[in-house]
Amino acid sequence: MSSEGTKAPPRLDTDRLLDDPRTRIIVCCGSGGVGKTTTAAALGLRAAERGRHVVVLTVDPARRLAQSMDLSSLDNTPRPVPLPDAAAGSGTLHAMMLDMKRTFDEIVEAHADPDRAGQILANPFYQSLSSSFAGTQEYMAMEKLGQLRRADQWDLIVVDTPPSRSALDFLDAPQRLSRFLDGRLIKLLTAPTRAGGRAYLKVVNVGFGMLTGIVTKVLGAQVLRDVQTFVSAFDTMFGGFRERAEDTYRLLQTPGTAFLVVATPEPDALREASYFVERLSEDRMPLAGLILNRVHRSPAARLSAARSLAAAEALLPAAGENSHPANGGGAAPADATKYPLAVAALRLHAERMQLIAAERRLAQRFSAAHPGVPVARVTAQPEDVHDLAALKVIGEALSRD
Amino acid sequence: MPVRARDTDWEGVRLHVVTGKGGTGKTTVAGALALALASSGGRVLLMEMEGRQGIAQLFDCPPLPYGERKVAVAPGTSAVPGGDVYALAADAESALIEYLEMFYNLRPAGRTLTRLGIVDFATTIAPGLRDVLLTGKAAEATRRRVKGQHLYDAVVMDAPPTGRISRFLNIATEVSGLAKVGPIRGHADTVQRVIRSPETAVHFVTVLEDMPVQETLDGIAELRGLAKGGLQLGAVMINMVRPTALTDDQLAAAARGGLDRDELVLGLKAAGLEGSLGPEGRNDVADALAAELGEHATQVLNQREHRRVLAEAGQPCYDLPLVTDGMDLAGLYRLAAALREQGAA
Repeated sequence: MSSEGTKAPPRLDTDRLLDDPRTRIIVCCGSGGVGKTTTAAALGLRAAERGRHVVVLTVDPARRLAQSMDLSSLDNTPRPVPLPDAAAGSGTLHAMMLDMKRTFDEIVEAHADPDRAGQILANPFYQSLSSSFAGTQEYMAMEKLGQLRRADQWDLIVVDTPPSRSALDFLDAPQRLSRFLDGRLIKLLTAPTRAGGRAYLKVVNVGFGMLTGIVTKVLGAQVLRDVQTFVSAFDTMFGGFRERAEDTYRLLQTPGTAFLVVATPEPDALREASYFVERLSEDRMPLAGLILNRVHRSPAARLSAARSLAAAEALLPAAGENSHPANGGGAAPADATKYPLAVAALRLHAERMQLIAAERRLAQRFSAAHPGVPVARVTAQPEDVHDLAALKVIGEALSRD
Repeated sequence: MPVRARDTDWEGVRLHVVTGKGGTGKTTVAGALALALASSGGRVLLMEMEGRQGIAQLFDCPPLPYGERKVAVAPGTSAVPGGDVYALAADAESALIEYLEMFYNLRPAGRTLTRLGIVDFATTIAPGLRDVLLTGKAAEATRRRVKGQHLYDAVVMDAPPTGRISRFLNIATEVSGLAKVGPIRGHADTVQRVIRSPETAVHFVTVLEDMPVQETLDGIAELRGLAKGGLQLGAVMINMVRPTALTDDQLAAAARGGLDRDELVLGLKAAGLEGSLGPEGRNDVADALAAELGEHATQVLNQREHRRVLAEAGQPCYDLPLVTDGMDLAGLYRLAAALREQGAA
């Protein structure tokens, strides 16, 4: 694959996306540690400043994010975020953090009579499912998203995705959970406790006997009993679960949704981003573009790494003796030169130029594989995000490119 | 240097659990640690838990199967040839089938179960089960003996990220909520004994940035709670450390934008960069480089503060240099050497 001579990708115009009233949902996805949550918050803030009524839903329990939004903590209910310089015509911003167990409990409470709800909530299997099933967080994120959309109180919802081990989980999990709760296996396993269990008994065969046998063997009989109790109490809600999961999935496919893939210019992050772009297109999800986060730039881009290193070398008396230009920094003692500051500056610059070149190669490789995907770059900030002002800076950087 | 003559900080530790926030280079550091441990000869197993095939990419080899396979030879010393690094991509499904076979002689059944989706099912109704199976595999490899000798001198586990690590390692409690008795409970207890023995240590990988540092501190605090049960906290491995060529005074000056610009300009002139002198004697290159120095200084000073906070957590810290020219085997060897120099292996 040639990385040279590829056309520059189209620019992702985030302001246009945020200003377009038809944009109702923005989903930020990408691998862990690329700044999804911060990006989502920055986009939310910028949209609010530009007149939208925004709610940011984060699944990342990062306390810093709450702090950066001037909130002591985020919880399962949208809280208003005071905008720093709310001018006339500016919108509003709310933020919330997903509490998956709370959300699951609320669904149970809303869809079952109090007796039955109590039964379900107390079931050990439910408690395990609602707090640690691998797909529950993703599922509840989708459920919450659907709820916020139905509430129709905001005209833009910005959501980040769970820090899943793989990008796939987020799209798969809802179906997985509903498939699981509605699945053949669970029906087989719980057949005896259901009314009309006889019908199921017909399909009970050697496989079934082995199945329950092994579940009992591995997990113990108590687990099976818990599952059976849970399922019979939960039975009536099954259909609703699947329906809502499918609704939300379809909602994501509509043009009112924009997926933004977030990545840093690093091999792993971009590999995941590629994967995600392909997956979104397979699922016919509307991809708005790639946000390339923490991109390095230099105010002296015309001074190349090679020239900068050569210049640094020229300032060292014993040039070539014990300098390791490839390492970029600090190899030769500073007192070996009359100009330690210039040497340090030139080496630092060379290092940065090398980094910029490496980042550019990676970005080009991505764009060569996905030529139609618009890209927005966000310059690396020297300091971490601590407050709304810093979030604002990121939002500005996003729109400027 | 004769084999085993060096003192390392983790004598007696045979299972190294490596965790860290996403994006901090957890897999890379786990790989470097495996190489470093293998450098004094012997055999080290590097285990992956998340099915991302990160190890295969790191060592530039084809995707790993569920089977232990040699991926690298560690650099030796003049006295000792380097040992071998084996790798294994563990997944819960294969581990369950292996477990059923080992304890119940149920291998053929295992296949049927996979087809029926029972494995997915079992790991779903008992989320802790997945973790028990994966940690169980690591515990098994750690304890495995051939002719009375440990097959592996050390096992390095590329564990789930910091946010999930305490739940991942706190298996017995997780499982007890579901399975109060029964074989899986017994299995969980065995695994727990290995995890909570002096043979196991949990290391944190971080970079010197806000969120990863905070997450590391949170993770350490969380594991301290479990430490009462015998869980041993390991080192903090600070990844992607960049050296600075500036003195403290220069750093302070650069950070507040008060560098000696004249000194910089003189140096640039001496280096023959006069051609870049802007109009009317303005040297825009000097301004640009001064700005870069300023950003660098801000970063370095922030990082020092992060390092101070990390050191307060009371665990040994190791530095791993930033590899700027792309992480490849050569880079990995460099990191391994850095770990050895600092006594991590």
